[in-house]
Amino acid sequence: MPGAIHAEGLVKTFGDVRALDGVDLDVPEGTVLGLLGPNGAGKTTAVRVLTTLLRPDSGTAFVAGIDVLKKPDDVRRSIGLSGQFAAVDEYLTGRENLQMVGQLYQLTARDAKARAGVLLDRFNLGDAADRTAKTYSGGMRRRLDLAAALVVSPPVMFMDEPTTGLDPRNRQQLWDVIEDLVAGGTTLLLTTQYLEEADRLAHDICVIDHGKVIARGTSDQLKARTGGERVEVVVHRPDEIERARSVLTALGKGEVTVVQLSRKLTVPVSGGAKLLAEIIRDLDAQGVEIDDIALRRPTLDDVFLSLTGHAAEVHENGDEESARAQAERSTDARSKEDTR
Amino acid sequence: MSAIAKDAPALVPRPAGGITKSVRDSLVVAKRNLIRMTRIPEMVIFGLIQPIMFVVLFTYVFGGSISIGGSTDPQLYKEFLMAGIFAQTVTFATAGAGAGIADDMHKGLIDRFRSLPMARGAVLTGRTLADLVQTTLTLVVLAGVALIVGWRTHENLAKVICGFLLLLLLGYAFSWIGALIGLSVRTPEAATSGGLIWLFPLTFISNAFVPVTGMPTFLQHVAEWNPFSATVAGARELFGNTMPGVPKSVTGAWPMEHPILASVIWSVLIIVVFRTLAVRKYRSAAV
Repeated sequence: MPGAIHAEGLVKTFGDVRALDGVDLDVPEGTVLGLLGPNGAGKTTAVRVLTTLLRPDSGTAFVAGIDVLKKPDDVRRSIGLSGQFAAVDEYLTGRENLQMVGQLYQLTARDAKARAGVLLDRFNLGDAADRTAKTYSGGMRRRLDLAAALVVSPPVMFMDEPTTGLDPRNRQQLWDVIEDLVAGGTTLLLTTQYLEEADRLAHDICVIDHGKVIARGTSDQLKARTGGERVEVVVHRPDEIERARSVLTALGKGEVTVVQLSRKLTVPVSGGAKLLAEIIRDLDAQGVEIDDIALRRPTLDDVFLSLTGHAAEVHENGDEESARAQAERSTDARSKEDTR
Repeated sequence: MSAIAKDAPALVPRPAGGITKSVRDSLVVAKRNLIRMTRIPEMVIFGLIQPIMFVVLFTYVFGGSISIGGSTDPQLYKEFLMAGIFAQTVTFATAGAGAGIADDMHKGLIDRFRSLPMARGAVLTGRTLADLVQTTLTLVVLAGVALIVGWRTHENLAKVICGFLLLLLLGYAFSWIGALIGLSVRTPEAATSGGLIWLFPLTFISNAFVPVTGMPTFLQHVAEWNPFSATVAGARELFGNTMPGVPKSVTGAWPMEHPILASVIWSVLIIVVFRTLAVRKYRSAAV
């Protein structure tokens, strides 16, 4: 059975840039898909297509079982969208913003008002409810934006970089809200540049680059693919390095790398915690005193680097912006040639 | 904050469709834009300063020099001028609508609206309705200033009111042009200048400020077919401000012979064409 969000072969070009180049997605009901990728990868474009804001050049998409291309208005009743740029009217109060959105979701004025009150309290905006959104902090605006997306408690939610630009405390708060939401049964597609965020929130992760899905799976699966765990040991004295090396060579799965200056040895392993205990016993038996030992698993950063060949950089602007800018530049270049 | 999703079942969106939904959604958006106006009153005030300045400057600077049907009596010019200034003022709604919509695009609000199950044209209709309210307020104040500097009407109140309605219809039509401009440009600043720049030739190559009699023949044709001139002439007629020495038409253009009807036709035509284009652009606003 296809998931709450299901897309096949999505293609969208802006000028010469293929923002989406045959993207397939499937998000089972009640789960979170993290769409991970650098700027210009096509994350925002994918969200815009799935939320009826943009028509793909080709491909099909279903959200909550409804055909996005054939019945966009029915899809709009079933989704909530929380954008990269907090889309609230800054000259309206928090309450006015939520009431307006509620009415435009076709609630009666009375229901919209009641719902706005409930959401403002839930999102800790009760005290600021009757101040214009202009006076809100960045974190408050994001919460208001998220509340606006939840006015009718849609079964499917899209969040485009929900925590970009937020400080750690506000990010943590927003993560808690998102976890609650998913616990309540909402299906969520989340785009992010923060690997930590995908790691924490997403059941499944799609890594996307240059408009293509280059890897998918759970966070653990992706990490395993990158080349598994390794053990790092820091010995107490430099003359212990050689003894430690022989222990690690015997128990590890590959070459031991040594950093003399920090007395740190690293070796790839398989066998996890059990092996770690063995290593500690053997080092002890050899009389090696250790300052630190740890089993390191690859982070999503490592995954990302090995998959895309470049690190996940974080910039201020959204990926579509840069794709568009690129497209414009090439259009400009063309028209200049034409005039010549 | 738990169970955010669970308390929703009571909130079933009203089943509504067609015209009721369009009207309701448009009014919700109009209300939003009117609330914004009360929060940014300086925009309304700045919108008033320019037309008031024009009334005062034209009346006292040009008033004694411009010949209206062979007479340079300043009182004649005042009565000739006001319909022109009023008409020019209502067309400035174009820039307001354009800048407002471009700003909404820029801030991501249009994306929010487009992701909601609302009537398609409502964001734009709501905006143009709110602008109509602002234009009405501006006209009321401006008419007061005009009366103070000596403008007088010579028809009954019903006709005078019809004159103002004719002007407002033109303003409403022009705000749809503004909506299209706002959706087509990238920044609010571009929408403001793009919305204003073409209004100057449009409003000056017309019968608004001087009789077309003194223009080169080519410009006389342009001026008399200019939709803007039809409204000015129509309003003059309804205000009783037509001048005995100024011919209705120099080139014999049909709109000048039937200015009221022509003005309504022009305005409705502009609304139909630009509303269609703007709503289509909004739907596909593939930012």
